[in-house]
Formats: sequence, structure tokens, C-alpha cells
Amino acid sequence: MILTTEQEMIRDSMRSFAQERLAPFAAEWDKSHAFPAQAIKELGKLGAMGMVVPEEWGGAGMDYMSLVLTLEEIAAGDGSTSTIVSVQNSLACGITLRYGSKAQKEEWLKPLARGEKLGCFCLTEPHTGSDASAITTRADRDGDFFILNGVKQFITSGKNADVAIVIAITDKAAGKKGISCFLVPTNTPGYIVARLEDKMGQHATDTAQILFENCRIPASCLMGKEGEGYKIALSNLEAGRIGIAAQAVGMARSALDAAIRYAKDRVTFGVPIIEHQAVNFRLVDMATQLDAARLMVWRAASLKDAGKPCLTEASMAKLFASEVAEKVCTDAIQIHGGYGYVSDFPVERIYRDMRVCQIYEGASDIQRLVIGRALAQ
Amino acid sequence: MKILVAVKRVVDYNVKVRVKSDNSGVDIANVKMSMNPFDEIAVEEAVRLKEAGMVTEIIVVSAGPTQCQETLRTALAIGADRAILVESDADLQPLAVAKILKALADKEQAQMVILGKQAIDDDSNQTGQMLAALLDIPQATFASKVVIADGKATVTREVDGGLETIALTLPAVITTDLRLNEPRYVTLPNIMKAKKKTLEIVKPEELGVDIAPRLKTLKVEEPPKRTAGVMVADVAALVEKLKNEAKVI
Repeated sequence: MILTTEQEMIRDSMRSFAQERLAPFAAEWDKSHAFPAQAIKELGKLGAMGMVVPEEWGGAGMDYMSLVLTLEEIAAGDGSTSTIVSVQNSLACGITLRYGSKAQKEEWLKPLARGEKLGCFCLTEPHTGSDASAITTRADRDGDFFILNGVKQFITSGKNADVAIVIAITDKAAGKKGISCFLVPTNTPGYIVARLEDKMGQHATDTAQILFENCRIPASCLMGKEGEGYKIALSNLEAGRIGIAAQAVGMARSALDAAIRYAKDRVTFGVPIIEHQAVNFRLVDMATQLDAARLMVWRAASLKDAGKPCLTEASMAKLFASEVAEKVCTDAIQIHGGYGYVSDFPVERIYRDMRVCQIYEGASDIQRLVIGRALAQ
Repeated sequence: MKILVAVKRVVDYNVKVRVKSDNSGVDIANVKMSMNPFDEIAVEEAVRLKEAGMVTEIIVVSAGPTQCQETLRTALAIGADRAILVESDADLQPLAVAKILKALADKEQAQMVILGKQAIDDDSNQTGQMLAALLDIPQATFASKVVIADGKATVTREVDGGLETIALTLPAVITTDLRLNEPRYVTLPNIMKAKKKTLEIVKPEELGVDIAPRLKTLKVEEPPKRTAGVMVADVAALVEKLKNEAKVI
């Protein structure tokens, strides 16, 4: 696969931004748990927050291939920032673009796509993740209003978001067909940030537990039709998975780059360790595996752009890229020796930031489940 | 006011260049190429002048092989209005490029030509000066500040002794120094818009320009490797070495 001139320009522009405006601050944000508000604002101005949203709705009007190139570069600069950008693009913008009414698009999609407002996606609950039909959060109708009650877990940007896309039950008896989707402004009384998770990595993102306590929203907040929530929740799985896969590739690339830099500098037995074949071959395997992962991400994105089914390919890309990324990050730490285990060098942070790629947006075994089903068909 | 901006495609500043084994030049096969950073500053300055309402049209020009189109597309994405590639696979030396730019400045009736003070590949620092001479118009090299008003350009220049501010009557040639501005990041929608802007390709012959090289490269060699320093016992020994060994004092 060869990139077009435009795609190369997108990559180069995002690379300069990420290397100059994200990478130098990533360690500091990690230590202080600071939300990269300024960087997110700048990324919005560059068009990176609503990449596949058409220009008429405030987006950059680009394709998924451009999105994965962008996410890889942002992730290579800072893993946390890439997650915020990924959620905004794939979920907040992706779902509102597809299912929002004209009024909802006017009110929310435009500022979301421009990066002026931030969105979050509330599906997962304390007891259920990928098994989306087992949610218990309720939205009870009360005249022209709905009243939300329940708990949502692991919500990226839950505290900093301006609007939440919430999946809740409107008709328990109807099962999957009784689930609906809502756009809830986070300043609505009853939207409560109950807890911020103390995570292994990605400290610059806020991962919140959201408590809905008699959260009363106008019926106009309903997105799509009543009962369409389950379908909506699962509608953007491919895009989400391709996005996480691109992030995994980006984070692993920065670990690989750090390992190469270190291996050229560090001298043992009179030569830079990159000249020791054991180190050199390890780097070769890291680079080769990573390149294969990147090609799978690109292939899945190209299929998506061509409007072809790509759920299996997206799952394969997510599975392979996140597993390879963990191996690459582990090997990068190994090459650094003791220095890989301390925070003076970036690889321990990158490992911690990257590790969740094997978990969120469907853990590795869920991807295997999806791919396995396709094989058994 | 029309403004002409010249951009050169060079080896990316991050690339560690290697000399070819036959010492004929630097190896640029399979090497990342990008816009000369000084020229990027020139494009940015032109776009800022346009945004300030001083300039009506920005024409960006490059001379070189067909791949220079990529460099021109980048300039269009930053905000130039249209592009001209003077396509040639020949070794284009500063005088040849200056002649090409003169022909285009005449043809386009440009009121100003902005270009980098030098390119980071050969570091000649000659094209702007030669162009001003050929056009017989004023020049301000190494600009760190440009103000346009009433048909005049007031330019602050970075010179050895500090800063020098001069006034020029337009049309004029300005070459950019590093501190003139900080080029913007190209926005994603503008990359797509750049695709739709006009990029005209002409040959040097069509401009009636003689591009024959005037300089001959005899040999390209790597600079000598830095050797390790030595520790001296005291200041007296240092002074002695500076005087007799290095012969600098």
C-alpha cells in the first residue's frame, strides 16, 4: 500500500504537530494527571476532532484512511491524547453524524466536529461491557421528558465532556429492542461524576464512573428512534476498532523509536548495543511486526472507505496491532535494561499507556470471538 | 498586490545525509524530501500578508523534478493560491533558479518575491540576491520582520552586529531568516482544498531561460569526524595550546 500525496501531507502535518506539541509534554501530563485541554483545542482547529464528518457539519470531510494516519501520529506523540481524539471521532462524532436529527447535528455535531465541545460515550456499566444487552441503566418516560437512572463505568472524558451519548433501557420487556440512545448535556442535574479511576496508564485522560440520578432530559434528546439504541451502540464498532488499532501502532512506534535511539547511544563492550546482534535482531522483529500491524490497520480502513464490510478485518487489525504493540513495548523496555523500568525514559510510560489497547473497545478475546464466529460461519 | 514565493524541495532536515560512494554528491534516493524550512517561513509570511489584506494573490513557484509538485501542494495547503512548477531534471544552480524566477516575476507582474535566505541542502545563499540584481529591484535579505505600507516594505534584517531596519520601494525581493515567523501546522481540510488549486507545469525553455550550469562540482566529501578533546592541566597550558597549536590567539 502506497500513500497518496495528500495522505502523506496529512501524516506529515500531524507528525510535526504531535512531535512538537504533544511528545515533549507527555511525561509531564502523565505525572500530573493533567488533561491536555490546550492540545485538544489546537487539534480541533487542525480538523482532527471530526475527521470523517463532512465540512457542512464542521468536520474535515476526510476518510478513515486519513483518520488512522492521524491517530497513529497523535498516539506516537501522546497515548492519552490519542484516546480522547479517538473517542471524539469514532463515537461522539461518528454516532451523531449517522443518527442525529438535523437539530441535534446543528446543536452538537458542529461544535463536536470542530473540537469546541467534547463528547463521551456511556455504554459500559460496572457489571457489563461487551455484552451490551445486559445493561440496566433506565430511561423512563415522563410526558415530554425521560428520567435516567443507573451507573456507567470507564467513561473516557466523562468529566471533561460537554455532552454524553447514553445508552439506556426504555422498555425492559422488549429486550435488545427496548434499548434507546440519548444525547445528554453533562451539565444536566443528575449527571454525576461519581469517581475518577486511578489507572495504570493514560493518566491524562479522565476515565469516569458516571452516576445518573433522576437525570431529567427533554424527549428531544432521544437520538434515532426509541428502541434503536442497541443497534446504534454497535453501529460504529469497526471504526472504533480500527481507531484503537491505529493508536496501538502509534504508541508502539514511539517505543520502537526510543529503543532504536537508546541502542545507538548505549555502549557496552566497546560498541553501541545496536551492533550486538541480539539487540539488533530484536529491533528488526519489533519493526517488522509493527509494519505488519500497520498494514492491517490500513487495509481495514481502506475497506471501510470503500463501503465494504470489514468487521472481521477491523477485529483482526485491533487484535493483532494491540498484541504486537504490547510485545514491542515490552521489548523496548528490555533493550533499555534498568533504564526502561524508570520514568526518566519514555518506554515505561508508553507501555502503561498502550496496555489498555488490548482491553478497551472489545478486549482481545472479544475480537477472537468475532473473528471466530466469521470462521465458523 | 501579487506576491511570488519560491520553494525548494530538499532532503528533510531530520535525515542524516550520506555522501555517494563515488563522491559525486549526496545520496537522495529513498530519502525523505520536504520543503526547505526557510521557504516554509516565506510561504507563511506571504499567507499572513494576505490574511492582513496586503496581498491579493500568492503564486508559489518551484524549479526541479516532477516530485516538486508535492512541495508545491504543501505550499498550497499552507495557503498559497496557485502554483507553478518549472520542471527540469537538470542540475539547477542558484543563477539558473534566479533567471527562472525573474522570468516568472516579469510574466506575473509580481510586486514582491519572497524566498528563503538559503536552502538547507547546498546552503548557497545566492538565489535571492541574484534575482534582485537580475530584476534590478531592491532587496532585503535575512528578514526577521516585514511590514508593508504605502507601496513600501519596512524590513528588519538580522545582521552580524544585531538588527538593521531598512525601507524598500516595491517591487522588491525579500529573503527570510528563521525568526521571521513560526509556520502554522497545515490543517486537514486545507490539504484537501490544495488538491483542487491550479498547479501549472512549464519547462525552462518555454521561459526562454538558459539554465546551463556555471559551476562544476569536483568532489563531495564528508566533513572530518570530530575527534575527542583533551584535558589540560591548567590555564597556562590552555593558553599555550591556543597560541602554538591551534594558533587562534
